[in-house]
Amino acid sequence: MQVYLPIAEISVNALLLLGLGGLVGFLSGLFGVGGGFLMTPLLIFIGVPPAVAVGTQANQLVGASVSGVLAHWRKRNVDIKMGVFMLAGGGLGTVLGVWIFGRLQALGQIDLVISITYVVFLGTVSSLMLTESVRTMLRGRKAGAASRGKLHHHTWLHGLPFKTRFNRSRLYISGLLPVGIGFVGGLLVAIMGIGGGFLLVPAMIYLLGMPTALVAGTSLFQIIFTTGIAAFLQAASNRTVDIMLALLLLVGGVIGAQFGTRAGAHLRGEQARALLALMVLAVAVKLLVDLLVTPEDLYSFTATVGS
Amino acid sequence: MKGRLRLRAACAVACALLSGLCLWAGLARAQSLVADISSHLIAITTGFTGTDVVLFGAVDGPGDVAVVVQGPEGPVTVRRKDRVAGVWINNDKLEFDKVPSFYGVATSMPLEGVVAPAVLQRHEIGLDHVRMLPEMRVAAEKVSEFRAALIRNKQRLGLYGTEVGQVLFLGQRLFRTTIYFPANVPTGLYTVSVFLIRNGDVVSAQTTPLSVSKIGFSADIFDFAQRRSMLYGLTGIALAVAAGWLAGTVFRRS
Repeated sequence: MQVYLPIAEISVNALLLLGLGGLVGFLSGLFGVGGGFLMTPLLIFIGVPPAVAVGTQANQLVGASVSGVLAHWRKRNVDIKMGVFMLAGGGLGTVLGVWIFGRLQALGQIDLVISITYVVFLGTVSSLMLTESVRTMLRGRKAGAASRGKLHHHTWLHGLPFKTRFNRSRLYISGLLPVGIGFVGGLLVAIMGIGGGFLLVPAMIYLLGMPTALVAGTSLFQIIFTTGIAAFLQAASNRTVDIMLALLLLVGGVIGAQFGTRAGAHLRGEQARALLALMVLAVAVKLLVDLLVTPEDLYSFTATVGS
Repeated sequence: MKGRLRLRAACAVACALLSGLCLWAGLARAQSLVADISSHLIAITTGFTGTDVVLFGAVDGPGDVAVVVQGPEGPVTVRRKDRVAGVWINNDKLEFDKVPSFYGVATSMPLEGVVAPAVLQRHEIGLDHVRMLPEMRVAAEKVSEFRAALIRNKQRLGLYGTEVGQVLFLGQRLFRTTIYFPANVPTGLYTVSVFLIRNGDVVSAQTTPLSVSKIGFSADIFDFAQRRSMLYGLTGIALAVAAGWLAGTVFRRS
């Protein structure tokens, strides 16, 4: 069943979109991340213009995050105060990111920047996550649930001003930390068309030291708003949100996510992290190879912007 | 299935009109070329997957026929990637002023070598003769390099024909050809030009307009997104929230 996407201006099989949404939704439910880092490259691969893929993805992620956060909300696994702090930075980052996106689009370098940010961020985070989770698995095998090492490392991060108490997370840290993390997350939402969960989750665990149980829900809570802001700005200023595409992906996505969440309950934390890291790393490597290998055609064209 | 039916209907219309044209051609000797297309509107609906348009016509005597279809013109930027520090990035670029968004050509016989290049150039018959003027003055070499690249890219998207189509003569006077418009055909006002060529020159020409536009639901969405982009953005978010909420609630019960 072919469907014509009015903004992307291409005709795509609706079942393919539902399937893609379902698959990415399942994985995102499984690992507790938005899955934008998989969906955006996939959309570009099936012929959706990159700008439309990023804009639509932001819109789609709003729905996916709402659906995901509900389950965490019921279990009271959302630290609202922390979320609001992150959101303060996130909103700022998103606005700046959408502006940068528009500038780069005019310069013809948006594809390059999307690729490089993917490679740098996905590559770094996934490598770190992979080593950590493998180490945890090995340690677990050797000595059972042996000592976790020092629970609390004191670093320069803890010397930052504006100390704030986050009761739900049982943390007393500088308010600048969640704001800063949110800011970077917001930038990524706008430029990469992803929720940024893959970056926020490890940052919240390792930099903030939040309890793992609260991390997924809190990051999703925050992502609803940053993706919402991004979707609105992309639609209003760049006209790159395709509602039809977003809805088809959402229908597949939210259903897939529910199954993924259930399947995720059977996975151990470090196993899930290792799998996620492998997947993210694969995407980063693929994009890196694309940057380095001589392209099939060195030339490309775009309708001149601003006419 | 639907497409085939549509094509058959188009052919039936074409045949009926052709027989009418025969009579008419006999009566109106003054006009050496008449032609028309099976549809003057290509409607891009939600289920649009590309379509064929039949062009048919009659000539008053011997000669060759060339058909050129051009989509709306617009400025285009062509970029070339170069390796910088090991990474391929967009480096050099050239902007063309007026580039047809769509181009197709069909002839009743190969015209290259038969018709003077200047004639083909004037009427933009053939991919080599499509008019593409760079915005700035640059070396001719660079222009032809970027021009060839643009044509190649357009062909990959199916927007420029990869080969010259066939105009079929049915007997001495009547001719017809089929023009295919893919699913990603750009919207706007097209021109379909038909040329009658005798002794290496164009002796008669006719231009027919063809409109490609979004119709129905997809058109409404597109207009909404363009005209009231803020409200559109909010609607998108509201729909997403509703869908997410619905899914979260439904799955909780089950």
